[in-house]
Amino acid sequence: MDYQDIELLRFTTAGSVDDGKSTLIGRLLYDSKSIFQDQLDAVEESSKSKGFDYVDLSLLTDGLKSEREQGITIDVAYRYFATPKRKFIIADTPGHIQYTRNMVTGASTANLAIILIDARKGMLEQTHRHAFIASLLRIPHAIVCINKMDLVDYSEETYNTIVSDFKSFSSKLGIKDIQFIPISALNGDNVVNRSENMDWYQGSTLMYHLETVHISSDHNLVDCRFPIQSVIRPHTLENQDYRGFAGRIDGGVFKPGDKVKSLPSGFVSTIKTIELNGEQISEAFAPMSVTMTLEDEIDNSRGDMIVRENNVPEISQDLEVLVTWMSTKPIQARTKVVIKHTTNESIGMVKELKYKIDINTLHRIEGIDRLEMNDIARMSIRTAKPVFYDAYKKNRQTGSIIIIDEQTNETIGAGMII
Amino acid sequence: MSNYVINHLKELESEAIFVIREIAAQFENPVLLFSGGKDSILLTHLAKKAFFPAKIPFPLVHIDTGHNFPETIAFRDQLVEKLGVKLIVGSVQESIDKGRAKEETGADASRNSLQIVSLLDAIEEYKVDAAMGGARRDEEKARAKERFFSHRDEFGQWDPKNQRPELWNLFNGRKNYGEHFRVFPISNWTEMDVWEYIKLENIDLPSLYFSHQRDCVVRDGVILANSEFIKLKENEEVVNMTIRYRTCGDMPITGAVESEADNLDKIIEEIATTRTTERGGRADDKRAETAMEDRKKQGYF
Repeated sequence: MDYQDIELLRFTTAGSVDDGKSTLIGRLLYDSKSIFQDQLDAVEESSKSKGFDYVDLSLLTDGLKSEREQGITIDVAYRYFATPKRKFIIADTPGHIQYTRNMVTGASTANLAIILIDARKGMLEQTHRHAFIASLLRIPHAIVCINKMDLVDYSEETYNTIVSDFKSFSSKLGIKDIQFIPISALNGDNVVNRSENMDWYQGSTLMYHLETVHISSDHNLVDCRFPIQSVIRPHTLENQDYRGFAGRIDGGVFKPGDKVKSLPSGFVSTIKTIELNGEQISEAFAPMSVTMTLEDEIDNSRGDMIVRENNVPEISQDLEVLVTWMSTKPIQARTKVVIKHTTNESIGMVKELKYKIDINTLHRIEGIDRLEMNDIARMSIRTAKPVFYDAYKKNRQTGSIIIIDEQTNETIGAGMII
Repeated sequence: MSNYVINHLKELESEAIFVIREIAAQFENPVLLFSGGKDSILLTHLAKKAFFPAKIPFPLVHIDTGHNFPETIAFRDQLVEKLGVKLIVGSVQESIDKGRAKEETGADASRNSLQIVSLLDAIEEYKVDAAMGGARRDEEKARAKERFFSHRDEFGQWDPKNQRPELWNLFNGRKNYGEHFRVFPISNWTEMDVWEYIKLENIDLPSLYFSHQRDCVVRDGVILANSEFIKLKENEEVVNMTIRYRTCGDMPITGAVESEADNLDKIIEEIATTRTTERGGRADDKRAETAMEDRKKQGYF
């Protein structure tokens, strides 16, 4: 194996302890040999001192004192493991407190979501929530694990009923790639190893799917977007005239010699070099961090965006956004806020709250006058300066914003531009 | 047509460089906390790449406990000179002399938590508004909950239950007067990633990380270097051993591992088969189940 040449897959797991989520994560970590002996010893020790007669694998992920005391997960925890085929980052989101806020946070960077369903209980309200948030945040791939198959006698019929229930709900959501896998996280059926108890299931195991799901087209490779983070000017004798634009590619493929346009100035130039640390790069695409130089001297600065001449994003001061409200302080229309979008920042005003979405039924609730924590709603925002954006469904980076409280400076909302 | 994918090390590199550039852009007085360990050496390497051909636009801050390995200090001075970057040293000895910090007593005394005082003093003196460090989420369970941009109140404290949500790659570094941020660009790297990348990029490390002979004392199962900073307990004896370090803290608290791994390939092979975490040998983490969280809340890295 060549560890240096494997891909990175980021996934979220959603669900509560009862779904067997911690057991599943524990199983993935354990079977891929990513739990170390001293970690396991520490967890066994704590489980024993709490009087449990089994090893509570959730103690591996619940790191904070108050989490361990209360036996709940408060915050998103990140876990890491690798197999010879891929490296994985799990954003493990809690099922109890501030559910929506945490799941949205974990989902914003994920390529894939694992949605857990207890085979004995079938589709629950929380399954609706998980699926809805995965689709709202446009996670490209979802795996629905129907867990605890051992407790329903590995019944194909039970499995089929749940799959068909889920499909009829998710048809309204538009998740592109959904796989279904019957598993028992406790016994390991179809997690890493194929189950001997379910010969009626012909599909792949969870681990096989995680290792092979096609993620190279998860980034937008069509619409070239390069938001400028900063301008590199060395001020040294040998680099007197050097002027490099530092940033991370958010979409498309850039090559030296390409004709490009700079926003908001509208000036057109040609890419002279794309480099990092002095090494030349022939093709740059998301999510690469690079430094770009142009043939002409153009006065770009942080917050500006370099795009292709014939493919520009939307440019507007009026944004229509689906937001998740993340603050305990409610918000009303006519509130002044700070908007952060790519490397750009602007004062903004919440102009109108249009409707809330009931995340269990997907119904719209009209006529609202405020948003509370964990609400998902549509609002219109007016910004003090133009924003260069794409619809979120076209590009997750150039289509997203965060909303910041002007007084406390806290992040109070996450928005996806329609 | 080529396949438009980058491998995981390049993706982690790209993420870290993006974060480092955000720090430089969003803050007025950022610094890089340099411990002399492999993670802060890696971070310095990434910072160099992020701004090339310009120099790193912020100083390195080293909190010198006075209990450092001499190899660490020599390496630090060489690196600073090579990069042409400014170095600020915050001295724990000075904090003790000024009566700002009180030395622990007893055989297991360490200056580990005293670093908090010197660090917070340095942050105040140089009006630092962002201190970036090489902490990783896979190191320790409290660190698994850290943000990339981690807010600290005017007393330098961390409130883990009230952290700002961090979405997409939009990092919110806005703050009120007197508050500052700790930023962790290599949050998502594992120990294996760090070593693989060090090999890929051919990054120089202090000799401590490679197998060598050293006089040691074995205390509570932890192999400690014998030095002037360590008081031998009864029944303890000095043994010459073949060891190397997986992490690099102060001499009296950093545990070594017995190892013959004297080059990067052997180290990577050793890590791939090891069954304990790298901080497993850190006496500072063993004081209580939530020792790291407790120190972090007060202002530790």
